[in-house]
Amino acid sequence: MTLKTWALKKSIWLYHANVGACNNCDIEVVDCLTPRHDIERFGMMLVGSPRHADAIVVTGICTRQAKPRLQELYRQAAKPCLVLCIGACACTGGIFRDCYHFDGPVDEAIREVDPEAIIAYVPGCPPKPEAIIAGAVKALQAIPD
Amino acid sequence: MSIVLAIPAFAAATTGTLALGFISRWIDRKVTARLQWRVGPPWYQPLADVIKLLGKETLLPDAARGTGFLLMPVVGFAAVSLGATILWWVTFSPTSGFVGDLVVVWYLLTVPGLTAVLGGSMSGNPLAAVGAAREMKLILAYELPLLLAVLAAIMGAGAAEDVAGGDNTFVGFRLGALKLAETEGVLATIGCVVAFVVALMSTQAKLGLTPFDIAEAECEIATGPFIEYSGAPLALVHMERAMLMAVMPLFLITVFWGGFSFASVGLAVGSVLKYVLVIVVFVLVRNTNPRIRIDHALRFFWFGMTPLALIALVLSMI
Repeated sequence: MTLKTWALKKSIWLYHANVGACNNCDIEVVDCLTPRHDIERFGMMLVGSPRHADAIVVTGICTRQAKPRLQELYRQAAKPCLVLCIGACACTGGIFRDCYHFDGPVDEAIREVDPEAIIAYVPGCPPKPEAIIAGAVKALQAIPD
Repeated sequence: MSIVLAIPAFAAATTGTLALGFISRWIDRKVTARLQWRVGPPWYQPLADVIKLLGKETLLPDAARGTGFLLMPVVGFAAVSLGATILWWVTFSPTSGFVGDLVVVWYLLTVPGLTAVLGGSMSGNPLAAVGAAREMKLILAYELPLLLAVLAAIMGAGAAEDVAGGDNTFVGFRLGALKLAETEGVLATIGCVVAFVVALMSTQAKLGLTPFDIAEAECEIATGPFIEYSGAPLALVHMERAMLMAVMPLFLITVFWGGFSFASVGLAVGSVLKYVLVIVVFVLVRNTNPRIRIDHALRFFWFGMTPLALIALVLSMI
């Protein structure tokens, strides 16, 4: 493992993007920072700007209005950047799959911009913080050395 | 200070202060975590953050003025390194400073704030412009009471008997003389204790710690002036902030509390304890206060801390 990969795995900065969620997954994502789960001990931190992010945490189905904005966010993030799709809605569209405002799940939107993006899927409605942490760990293991 | 010694001294001071800065940032995050009943990051976390940032790509926005935007973190880092070099030189040999070295260190330590303002303005982002404007107002607010507090320390030291140079001359703007003014610095007088408290509050604002982290409010203006930085320039920004967190307590302790001294084991342990105490005061204030608005901050510094610093100045002249 190179120094660069070691440092990336030890210090993942998260940018939280809600592209049409009901807010339950957002609550669970913020729960990961609370004392019970405390992802700061893994070096993970919430940052305010997509340019500082190493992982974009996406919640919600990608509504038609939010899709170009989510793609722009991914383009503005400094690579290497992971994408974590949190919740059933982000993974597949969930129960809103047949709705008028649904234009394809999050991973299709991201792959239009970058076919080789590393995307982790954390299903659940909402997923428990333990599941979110497990998804983050699997995404970290997929980073090429 | 001959040129042959100056360059290795600069390199050693920069690396040493950077290491000390990383340790201080870790103490900050660990104590914050403990106060919130969390575990907190491991000891190498600030170092891992900077190495990771060095490995990311540097993005340059179209609307930014590229040269200035990328140059500002370098200028800030250089200024902090130079200020640190002078401070450490005075710490290890207090009699070899020069008249006015206090002023030089002072203006070098204001440069990081100014480069944050300029870098934010040059990034072409409206949120960065808001953050830069707030940082400008904050600089105007906290520099005045800090200056008055340091003047109070100079006045207090001038009244002491044993000043570097032997005779009872006016201390003037010499860091070395302030360091040697008394065994425990000028904190023996009540005026200087009040001045030290004012200086601690102003330093809280200078370091960008809550309640005065108005310029980099993450939730409100998405990291303010640093919003468009990424990769290596952002790594320099973080290194400059870590070094400022190491240099400012050193500056305060040198001016007010007799500086660091490694003459004996007891004195060395005392120096380390003084430094850790100052850092822990910053962290505790940071964790127990909400962020205040910029107009509240201006009022606090101009109409609260400045009169207090003037009182301290008068008390130390008596």
